[in-house]
Amino acid sequence: MTVLPYQEALAAYDPVLGLEVHVELNTTSKMFCGCSTAFGAEPNTQVCPVCLGLPGSLPVVNAKAVESAIRIGLALNCRIAEWCRFSRKNYFYPDMPKNYQISQYDEPIAYDGWTEVVLDGEIFRIGIERAHMEEDTGKSLHVGGATGRIHGADYSLLDYNRSGVPLIEIVTKPVEGTGAKAPEVARAYVTMLRDLLRALGVSDVRMEQGSLRCDANVSLRPVGTAPFGLRTETKNVNSLRSVERAVRYEITRQAAVLAAGGRVTQETRHWHEDSGTTTPGRNKETAEDYRYFPEPDLVPVAPSRDWVEELRATLPEPPAARLQRVSAEWGFSELEMRDVVSAGAVNAIEATVAAGASPQSARKWWLTEVARRANEAGVDLEDVGVTPQQVAEIQALVEKGTINDKLARQVFEGVIAGEGSPAEVVAARELAIVSDEAALAAAVNDAINANPDIVDKIKSGKVQAAGALIGSVMKQMRGQADASRVRELILEKIG
Amino acid sequence: MSLQQPGATEIIRQTAVDLGIKIKSGELSSVEVTQAHLDRITEIDGELHAFLYVDGERALASAAQVDAKIASGEPVGPLAGVPLALKDILTYAGAPTTCGSKILEGWLPPYDATVTRRLLDHDIVILGKTNLDEFAMGSSTENSAFGPTRNPWDLERIPGGSGGGSAAAVAAFEAPLAIGTDTGGSIRQPAAVTGTVGVKPTYGGSSRYGLVALASSLDQPGPCARTVLDAALLHQVIAGHDPCDSTSIDQPVPDVVGAARSADISGMRVGVVREFRGEGYAPGVEQRFREAVELLASLGAEIIEVSCPHFVYALPAYYLILPAECSSNLAKFDAMRFGLRVGDDGVASAEQVMAATREAGFGAEVKRRIIIGTYALSSGYYEAYYGQAQKVRTLISRDFDDAFSQVDVLVSPSTPITAFKIGEKVDDPLAMYMNDLCTIPSNLAGNASASFPVGLAPEDGLPVGLQVMAPPLADDRLYRVGAALEATLESAWGGPLLDRLPQAGVAR
Repeated sequence: MTVLPYQEALAAYDPVLGLEVHVELNTTSKMFCGCSTAFGAEPNTQVCPVCLGLPGSLPVVNAKAVESAIRIGLALNCRIAEWCRFSRKNYFYPDMPKNYQISQYDEPIAYDGWTEVVLDGEIFRIGIERAHMEEDTGKSLHVGGATGRIHGADYSLLDYNRSGVPLIEIVTKPVEGTGAKAPEVARAYVTMLRDLLRALGVSDVRMEQGSLRCDANVSLRPVGTAPFGLRTETKNVNSLRSVERAVRYEITRQAAVLAAGGRVTQETRHWHEDSGTTTPGRNKETAEDYRYFPEPDLVPVAPSRDWVEELRATLPEPPAARLQRVSAEWGFSELEMRDVVSAGAVNAIEATVAAGASPQSARKWWLTEVARRANEAGVDLEDVGVTPQQVAEIQALVEKGTINDKLARQVFEGVIAGEGSPAEVVAARELAIVSDEAALAAAVNDAINANPDIVDKIKSGKVQAAGALIGSVMKQMRGQADASRVRELILEKIG
Repeated sequence: MSLQQPGATEIIRQTAVDLGIKIKSGELSSVEVTQAHLDRITEIDGELHAFLYVDGERALASAAQVDAKIASGEPVGPLAGVPLALKDILTYAGAPTTCGSKILEGWLPPYDATVTRRLLDHDIVILGKTNLDEFAMGSSTENSAFGPTRNPWDLERIPGGSGGGSAAAVAAFEAPLAIGTDTGGSIRQPAAVTGTVGVKPTYGGSSRYGLVALASSLDQPGPCARTVLDAALLHQVIAGHDPCDSTSIDQPVPDVVGAARSADISGMRVGVVREFRGEGYAPGVEQRFREAVELLASLGAEIIEVSCPHFVYALPAYYLILPAECSSNLAKFDAMRFGLRVGDDGVASAEQVMAATREAGFGAEVKRRIIIGTYALSSGYYEAYYGQAQKVRTLISRDFDDAFSQVDVLVSPSTPITAFKIGEKVDDPLAMYMNDLCTIPSNLAGNASASFPVGLAPEDGLPVGLQVMAPPLADDRLYRVGAALEATLESAWGGPLLDRLPQAGVAR
């Protein structure tokens, strides 16, 4: 696949984004029945006649899901419908038991809202077209074949545990005017949404478990023109990092097509994490006709204005205001805060500070040690395998003098490898700094005896030469010594 | 051809009310009563074919339990121990539910419909499942994949549909009670052509949970019986709010039993629907209808002619709304999780298996409606068909509202004609659809409606039904009118209409 270099693409074309985010709600029971929504259960153990679509069964709306939908709508500054209905979206697919999905079509529960994302100190306003309620499908597992997709598979297995789990689909209005920052704005938006949904307490928002899923629509138009270009919708974007990468890739791919005088095919595309590319999926021009019509098995949802106002009172702080507040509380410089936001580390730092670490130390660990590992593994910060509590615990060990920063890295490694809590890792790997003065003195003596030339240099006034001796002692102590104490001892002995 | 009639004193001739009283008093046991009906089924159902499934063992075991319960002095309801026939479109855990379709052959539902659960909770004994047009689509039971049911009045004729099995079972004394479901007349039209009582409650009055949906916004389960009071007692058992059905109404059930017992219609304003007469109506149907209206007047009702100008558009609107909903409701029959599976050779794709199964498993009428419905909902046609039909539906509701501002109930013939011959209309869907002309408006508007027997048409000696329509949640008015008619007509006839079932020998 030909792509145009990013800067070249942006010089010629202006990207327009549209982001569709599906959020699985964390209600105890499913959207239309009493089955559990817990993730990871044995296949087909959380099912009943309703979510299996057995003949005769009927859906009943989960009031808690409606409440969550309204709160999400309010948090995105949406208008809340006074009266709305569910609709049926009809298409045949084996993991959809009724062969229609109960969704909302022309009457979403929340519509016409907006939100803001902050990127490098710049505020981007994102219009929200709608947020509507629907049910999730089951899962197909295609066995055999090279791709794990249905084509070429030997057979397929179906798990209906997810069937009927409540989903909210949040759709933006076209996002314009982001220019070269489009990929980062996309990522910042999904990050903001994730943090907001978490603050609302309505979802686990785990992208790797599929409880937050993003479809990215991208189109290009020649710079300086108004009409939108033909768009593609990229699916299977399963991490914040992928959101940015997928948008960036689509911009360069579409730019190459347009630059060569071609026409972008309006279609669904599939994101491939490993190759960092997209490939065509279903062709939207011959898309199915979903034959939406109002769901006759359900009555309209008509939330009273009193209830809506009650729910408005339960909303968390708006994301932009929250950023301003924490930045002030933490005493971060504008530059520091920028880095924190673009790394998606606000929540992590907040939780780490809540667990007892200082803001600066929390920032340091998340933006260096954890961020480096997240980059290496190609995952989001949350998914590296270390919790804010553990980060705070490691920092506490450093402050107590049990370990130093260098040893702390090994503690991170052990925690991430699943060797236990930071304290357990320190114990198991015997990482604690040795405070035994006799052992330290012996190591210092060894170093002095083994390096008479360096000792002479020090004696002749070149105190900085002590560094080599310190290094030698630290090496002998396997790093588990307090370097400043070692220096003191060396200078004492020689002096 | 006709069936052997039971003797006047036989158990199976008795009303459900009487059987209930005798079972409770110990004069009869439920086992005895159940066995008598099972014997009747064995005797005649080979010919009648009202049942698709009978489980005598399970029925007798339930009956024995009821007898034990009564013997131990536990309180029971008025229908405890009385047998019933269940239309094979409601689930009864462990008993096959076919909906009259090959596509569900062999499916054993793992759960009870709410209606079924309420029957069992009231100690009613379920004999088995009755025949119907496939997925309740039809007016004759000829669309059943398992062969038609015959009309006990004339075995060459249809018993109505879709609930022909339930109506025929009641008319032929195979069961004193049955459950039907009414989407466009499937309780009332079979009741009319078999000389029995059939009631479609107010939409939302009885639960649809466990009723395999034909058209969700129209379907409604209701009672079938030989007498008005029996129907009322059964109505009382199955009706009421069900949290499993969002469209079920959370209101007290109207006092249908009190109304059936009172039979007082003095001062009631009865509206005669002007649009339902004339061309297409059999002379005997019109004659018996007119006589019945005169009778109501003689009993103290005030008769007012009422126009419902949009009722003539009910049929075309119905045949867009119903197929639209059914095209979606029937999508779940895809061979993936239950029922028939065709063409799964390990090579064919899931889509191919779905298509082959639906091709082999659905009958012609089902396919016709799925295709019409799919078309009516498709993009670019939705407004012209489904959208327009919904507007007509609103106009029909307004006609009812206007009418009920002037009268307490509306009346019309239940069907334009009496039972026709098997095979007579199978090649003419439109002629078949005309059978539901008078019954469909109440499904579209959701109000309560019933059919009561008012005699035999002079020209063919076949039963004629009178339809009574009442406002939503005024189901009791139906029973008041029905009971008044029943008492007066039966004293004029010297006994129930079903006493006049042809007595000729059984053709075997």
